[in-house]
Amino acid sequence: MKWTVASVVEVRDETLRAKTLVLDVPDWPGHRAGQHVDVRLVAEDGYQAQRSYSIASPPESRQLELTVERIDDGEVSPYLCDVLHVGDGLEVRGPIGGYFVWDVRDAGPVLLVAGGSGIVPLMAMMRHRARADANLRALSEMSLLYSTRTLGDLFYLKEIERLVEEQHVRAAFTLTREKGDDRRGYHRRIDKAMLTDVGWPPSHMPRSYVCGPTPLVESVARTLVELGHDPSRVLTERFGPTG
Amino acid sequence: MTIHARWMVAQIVLPDEKSDGRVLSGKLHPRGVNVTMADEPFIARGFHSRRQTAPASRLPPGQYETRDFPVLSAGPTPQTSLAEWDFRIEGLDGKSMRWSWTDILALPHETPTVDIHCVTKWSKFDTKWEGVSVDLLLDAARDAGVAEQPFIMAFSDGGYTTNLPRGDLTGGKAWIVFLYDDALLAPEHGGPVRLLVPHLYFWKSAKWLRGLRMMERDDPGFWEQLGYHDRGDPWREQRYQGDP
Amino acid sequence: MQMDEMRLDGNAAAGQLRELFAMDVTAAMATCGACGTRRPVGSLLEYGQAMGVILCCPACDAVMLRIVRTPASMHVDGSGMAMLVIQV
Repeated sequence: MKWTVASVVEVRDETLRAKTLVLDVPDWPGHRAGQHVDVRLVAEDGYQAQRSYSIASPPESRQLELTVERIDDGEVSPYLCDVLHVGDGLEVRGPIGGYFVWDVRDAGPVLLVAGGSGIVPLMAMMRHRARADANLRALSEMSLLYSTRTLGDLFYLKEIERLVEEQHVRAAFTLTREKGDDRRGYHRRIDKAMLTDVGWPPSHMPRSYVCGPTPLVESVARTLVELGHDPSRVLTERFGPTG
Repeated sequence: MTIHARWMVAQIVLPDEKSDGRVLSGKLHPRGVNVTMADEPFIARGFHSRRQTAPASRLPPGQYETRDFPVLSAGPTPQTSLAEWDFRIEGLDGKSMRWSWTDILALPHETPTVDIHCVTKWSKFDTKWEGVSVDLLLDAARDAGVAEQPFIMAFSDGGYTTNLPRGDLTGGKAWIVFLYDDALLAPEHGGPVRLLVPHLYFWKSAKWLRGLRMMERDDPGFWEQLGYHDRGDPWREQRYQGDP
Repeated sequence: MQMDEMRLDGNAAAGQLRELFAMDVTAAMATCGACGTRRPVGSLLEYGQAMGVILCCPACDAVMLRIVRTPASMHVDGSGMAMLVIQV
């Protein structure tokens, strides 16, 4: 698995703090929804920094998309969000991962639970399913529970709403730092009641994919198991403290 | 096909392909071209490390200053109650000396302000600690009959260990500390008590310290078993085994 | 629990594991040598950050796999892993 220099073909705002990078990767072997790439930055003096970013684009997409949230005192994300522009090269390696992946041929209900930037690999899964033909889509149902601090932190909101309208996915949001009426969704941390409302009972044998900050992932995974879900069908990807 | 792999050996050391990581300074690769020969890293346009300018004399070779305090661990944060906690110095022959939390607090304290250097290349200047000099503890143990040995293994809750020459823990160079920046040492930074040996790379400053064990030989601790240096002097860049 | 928000999982080590095994092993089933729990590598708890890869059993916290990359070599200690089963 070697490093390849990808070409930045587009940089798109997602939120005030997050951007999507669209990359042309020479000889890209294809990927599965849920996988990630490693990104490496090397400075002229040899200083190196490396991070992993989940792939936002579905396997069907010719170009690779990464959505990066700028962490204020971060080392790599401010470069990717503020300095990188169209035409630049970016070193990537991948695709990586074989555990936290989903394919539209995997039958059965799928519960996606995202905290913050944990939505990125799950978006690849939703996009992958939406692109499949009706026969394959009929094998599964997808439900998303997406937790962020505020409305402005939600990635892909319009696209998710469109997928909901087109009945590709059910979606519920919970905004933990905003109070408000529950017109648009919940306003509290994810708990048993929310997971029961949004997901399926254990008897339906759903597969759950939980991604985001470590505390959220561990709390949700534990709660799903407490609700009776088979632990081997609760898949997790931790993004660290802030996710 | 299924591969069943059973670990028959404790360690495998693989020689890496020779890659000297030379940077072709001043030469930027054309954008978007699929290059990357093994030893020609692609230079990211406009990327610099976040390092602050620091007087050259203060930074060991290869280090960058940080204003954060990054948390690095080798396992989950242990939870030991202060009532159960003790600190021991153990000799080869089974002799040992033991201090409880209140015993440690009752000893004379020092407040070293020191620069610390992590082998992962960050350095942090002027960190403030409070604790007890290791000299004091080693002297007390010796007086109580715990025979001195040339090497010491620091050991911690959770199983972490790190080996040091005894001389690197004496002469006012090391403390066991329980306050950082005038507050009780937080668990993620090694509280209640950690070792502080600032003249060596910071992995030697074992978190969640429970004691020091005398050794005849320089047996490797947790990271040293995996290739990190037995001594770890940042001024000689002793990061890995084999570094002079 | 709050103190361990730094911890990741085997997914974070996937790139380095692939250098070692020449294939993705995050879906491989690993058996803990200490307690016998069997879990996918991707679900093991990862500590170590920039110093190396430390994979621990999610059930008993025993160290199952340690990897350190030095400039000249890769040190791998798998003595905490009783078995690894990889589907290829």
